[in-house]
Amino acid sequence: MLLEIRRLTKRFGGVEAVADVDLSAESGSVLSLIGPNGAGKTTLVNCIAGQFLADGGVVGFRGEDITRLPPHERAKRGIARTFQGVRLFKGLSVLDNVLIGRHSRTRSDVVARIIPFGRADGAGDRDKAGELLHLVDLDSRHSELAGELSYGEQRRLEIARALAAEPSLLLLDEPAAGLNAAESARLRELVRALAGAGLAIVLIEHDVRLVMGVSERIAVLNFGRKIAEGTPREVQADPGVREAYLGVEDEAV
Amino acid sequence: MEAVGEFLRAYSTLFGGIGISCLLALSIWVTLYAGQLTLGNAAFMGVAAYTAALLTLKAQWPFPVALLAGAAAATALSLPLGLIVFRLRGVYLAIATLAFGEMVRIVILALPITGRGQGLNGIPPKTSVAAVAYVLARVRVSTLGRAWAAIREDELAAAANGIAVRRYTLAAFVIGAAVASWAGGLSAHQNFSIDPGQFGFSTAVQILVMAVVGGIPNVLGPLLGAALLTALPELLRFLREYRDIFQGAILILVIAYLPRGLITLFDLARTRRLMRIGQADVA
Ligand SMILES: Nc1ncnc2c1ncn2[C@@H]1O[C@H](COP(=O)(O)OP(=O)(O)OP(=O)(O)O)[C@@H](O)[C@H]1O
Ligand SMILES: [Mg+2]
Repeated sequence: MLLEIRRLTKRFGGVEAVADVDLSAESGSVLSLIGPNGAGKTTLVNCIAGQFLADGGVVGFRGEDITRLPPHERAKRGIARTFQGVRLFKGLSVLDNVLIGRHSRTRSDVVARIIPFGRADGAGDRDKAGELLHLVDLDSRHSELAGELSYGEQRRLEIARALAAEPSLLLLDEPAAGLNAAESARLRELVRALAGAGLAIVLIEHDVRLVMGVSERIAVLNFGRKIAEGTPREVQADPGVREAYLGVEDEAV
Repeated sequence: MEAVGEFLRAYSTLFGGIGISCLLALSIWVTLYAGQLTLGNAAFMGVAAYTAALLTLKAQWPFPVALLAGAAAATALSLPLGLIVFRLRGVYLAIATLAFGEMVRIVILALPITGRGQGLNGIPPKTSVAAVAYVLARVRVSTLGRAWAAIREDELAAAANGIAVRRYTLAAFVIGAAVASWAGGLSAHQNFSIDPGQFGFSTAVQILVMAVVGGIPNVLGPLLGAALLTALPELLRFLREYRDIFQGAILILVIAYLPRGLITLFDLARTRRLMRIGQADVA
């Protein structure tokens, strides 16, 4: 297992946002996290990527205990993420956003830049960034500012930036929120392609159809606790899940 | 002839003053570019100036050696200070660095040094300004400058993308302190006397104003701001007494109408684009 979480707990004041959660993710497959608003999905992802430090439990990655590591160290080890609210470097160019995403794979070129006529060769990184922008259909937008992109494009750019570090685990926090049907279908293809290429993907998503179609496994959170886990079919059939979550969705459909 | 000599001396002092101002504005540019508001550079300048002056006057060290030693001492001081204050963010960081400045001022208040400076033989501020501006301009487009820009735009996202935020902001702080210290050493030998008042609160603010008025997007901004705000009151004599009012007015006008600084007059299209996405006040 690439990612192994044991008895993870995160409290805010008296509230256990994540309580005693066990979870694992393996390379080449998609694990979806679902659950009602406030269930603790984002908090769990924050504990995996390091934005929050867990109050209890262990986060293991490639067999290493990374529970106390700061986020940049986790990024270096191969954990990348997107944010629920999209957090791009809005005032920087689309290309720069992806190049920054590559930070942990890029060698410092400060000295080469300062030496007159020194050779700062960022061509490899640039090519890689170009490929990723192609992958997310932002080919012709390199020099635009990230903040100038449409919402859907910003979401795609954020995925390209996350992929730039060549991660082995990709955490996607509601990547389909605000996308139209066509964009959502495209996202689904992309997620499958990435899993096919060997990434482990943890996907937080409210769009049930997307989740059912894209995931190998689904874990259901409610009030910080994992109330079910299994294949899409098993989870769909779970009465506790229907009550806590899917039941509400059924009515809405 | 006498009048011409007088004139030249006055102007060489002015140009020396502009050079020092340029270095100071560049020194705070480094941290501002990385999105950090620190106000300790006047103090680093003071520590370097006093160290260099003491070494020349009391220990009879040759000026270049004293200058280097003073700058090195002040820069060395910035590292432990940075380690302490970079737990703080935003206005708290600014206040902590200001407090450090006050401490420095009080300490050196006890050591009044006066005497004739030795002049700036061989190392005119002009050369220093050119060298520092060149290096910083190159750093800006390097991986280091890109990481600073990322931190300025969004610290949390920068960290999630593998940037060691503390280390990079600390680097900006120390590099800025080194530049300010160099300026301090030079100024000690340019002015005929130094006193702690030169390195206090008002200088700290003055440095910030020069950089902000000029603009942070690139290193030409601080150069422009420093040159303008140092030269104008001297050239327009009648403004001298109203120097503070004059600067306040410029600052307000620039912040209101050109939030990215005067230098963006040369690139208004980009400012307009940034304004449209609500990022014009960042850099
Ligand atoms: N930084 C924080 N400080 C205090 N409480 C927080 C913080 N972040 C999350 N919480 C609380 O933790 C609980 C879980 O929130 P979380 O954002 O993880 O839910 P979620 O499952 O991602 O919900 P949503 O579907 O709305 O995104 C909520 O009660 C929330 O109010
Ligand atoms: Mg959430």
